[in-house]
Amino acid sequence: MTSFSFGALLRRPEAGAALSLIAVAAFFVLFGGVKLGNFLGAASWLNFAANLGIVALPVGLLMIAGELDISIGAMIPAGSMSIAVVSGYYGQPILVGIAVSLGLGVVVGLVNGYLTIKTSVPSLIITLATLVAMQGLVLSASVLLTGNASVALAAPDWAKAVFGTLLGGSYQIIILWWVAMVGGYAFVIHMTPVGNWLFAMGGDKTSARNAGIQTDRMTVWLFVLSATSASFVGMCGAILFNSAQVSGGMNYIFNAIVSVVVGGVLLTGGFGSVIGILFGTLTFAVVNQGIYFTNIDRNWSSLIIGVMLLLAVLMNNSFRNMALSYSPKKKK
Amino acid sequence: MTHPVLELRNVNKSFGPIDVLHDISLSVKAGEVICLLGDNGAGKSTLIKTLAGVHKPTSGEMLMDGAPVSFARPKDAADRGIATVHQFGGTFPLMTIGRSFFVGVEPTKGFGPFKIFDRKTANAVAVKAVQEFGITRIDDGDRLIGGLSGGERQSLAIARALHFGARVLILDEPTAALGVKQASHVLRVVMEAKKRGVAVIFITHQVTHAMAVGDHFAVLIRGALAASFAKGEKSRDEITDLMAGGEALADLDAHLDDAAATVS
Ligand SMILES: Nc1ncnc2c1ncn2[C@@H]1O[C@H](COP(=O)(O)OP(=O)(O)OP(=O)(O)O)[C@@H](O)[C@H]1O
Ligand SMILES: [Mg+2]
Repeated sequence: MTSFSFGALLRRPEAGAALSLIAVAAFFVLFGGVKLGNFLGAASWLNFAANLGIVALPVGLLMIAGELDISIGAMIPAGSMSIAVVSGYYGQPILVGIAVSLGLGVVVGLVNGYLTIKTSVPSLIITLATLVAMQGLVLSASVLLTGNASVALAAPDWAKAVFGTLLGGSYQIIILWWVAMVGGYAFVIHMTPVGNWLFAMGGDKTSARNAGIQTDRMTVWLFVLSATSASFVGMCGAILFNSAQVSGGMNYIFNAIVSVVVGGVLLTGGFGSVIGILFGTLTFAVVNQGIYFTNIDRNWSSLIIGVMLLLAVLMNNSFRNMALSYSPKKKK
Repeated sequence: MTHPVLELRNVNKSFGPIDVLHDISLSVKAGEVICLLGDNGAGKSTLIKTLAGVHKPTSGEMLMDGAPVSFARPKDAADRGIATVHQFGGTFPLMTIGRSFFVGVEPTKGFGPFKIFDRKTANAVAVKAVQEFGITRIDDGDRLIGGLSGGERQSLAIARALHFGARVLILDEPTAALGVKQASHVLRVVMEAKKRGVAVIFITHQVTHAMAVGDHFAVLIRGALAASFAKGEKSRDEITDLMAGGEALADLDAHLDDAAATVS
């Protein structure tokens, strides 16, 4: 954008998400009695947003490409259990644990990706299958190997410093990872040719393939990215909390999809933005965690999320239509 | 005597037990527009998919500039300069004109890992390429494709194919579902392509559109070349009759074939 224009801003994919964020924050301040200053600096929602955001980003990119990955729900506990079993229970070096944890993500991502490109089964169904399968595998393996559904892990200082420490006493280091990833993804998706390929394949896969884009390879890579991101989040959690459980992670499926959709990504693919996904995640985190700062009863948060989701999608639709029908006024 | 740009010799194509194309021989020269006519299911799309590398002929020969060629993938055909534009194909509704135009061949600026997509150049080139075809209403590369009319989208897709050096342009019903004015846009683009020496294969159900741009006509009936003639050799009514008459004759056979197809 060379010149600033409000209309141009509204036509961007993240417009709805940005407005949602402002609306939710305003709602809390006006009706919930939240002090904006206290709230903005609070660690709880930032930590929540960072963990969610790292998963939501690749899930959003997959959605732009026209695919869905819900196996992330099992990959988060799988990532944390695998490092805890390898480096905690069996006492292997932490690097081995990290490699196993991330490697598992790569393998599951490859399975998801290859099944998606080799069969005509929708990726929702394929990843539903791997979700359930991985859940069973993680539970059985940990009970079989350790006789327990929860395993302790004592990571060395350097690993804690990189993956699982609290900055300033309450901010998880993963926030920095998230920020870096947002920057990295935003650059690749919006500034380089790779991003163009992603939007093209999400818009019309056959035409994209005819234009010489390796859509199959891109699809597999994206699935690897999302499964590995999920196991990364699980791994960081295990290092931070010194233990891992087989349960948990299921909420991430729902939360990530809501964040991505509120963030302006089109469910059917071909449209969206990294910044939108960032705003969507922030909005979700503010509602989910911010409710504790208000004198509003916690039980209302689901209602707020539901209403917000609906409003955001409606807004996104109308902004997208604005973008479609936009044609510049005759200039000069 | 120069060779035709693209030539088919006795090409057959069957999908398992279903024979779709029978013994097709066809050629197209540079700067010539061939209109492929025929009823629904005649095999027109199958024929051009064979030319475009989507299908491999079951038997028969394909030649470019007189030398035999064989395409394993659509990319191979595209690399040889055969560009296929399906209806509304090749463009992406929710992408900008500039981005869509350069999918797969993005211009970049910068160095090493920081090569970034050059939006300005992309937009300028894309807009210029379509405007050269007389579609002057497209003047902002940042507009989304989905906001263009069907004819503008089609023209954009054709302009894109020609910009990237297509020698053979295959258009599968580019004017279907377009209004009179929109269709004339597309026909004008086809004429311009012809003027530039591109060989054009043009599929249409509309005799008017075919007569407007065609130099040569080929009528397919149930997978076989029923007639092939040059411009002026047959009247408009004769062409219409040929397309319709073929259908009436083929009707009985079609019933028999359908029965055979469902059994197998
Ligand atoms: N992959 C395939 N497998 C089996 N049969 C096919 C396949 N593709 C096409 N056919 C059959 O070949 C015949 C010709 O189809 P084609 O799409 O080429 O017709 P067309 O002339 O393009 O028709 P239209 O004018 O409706 O586009 C049809 O009977 C179709 O069912
Ligand atoms: Mg057809």
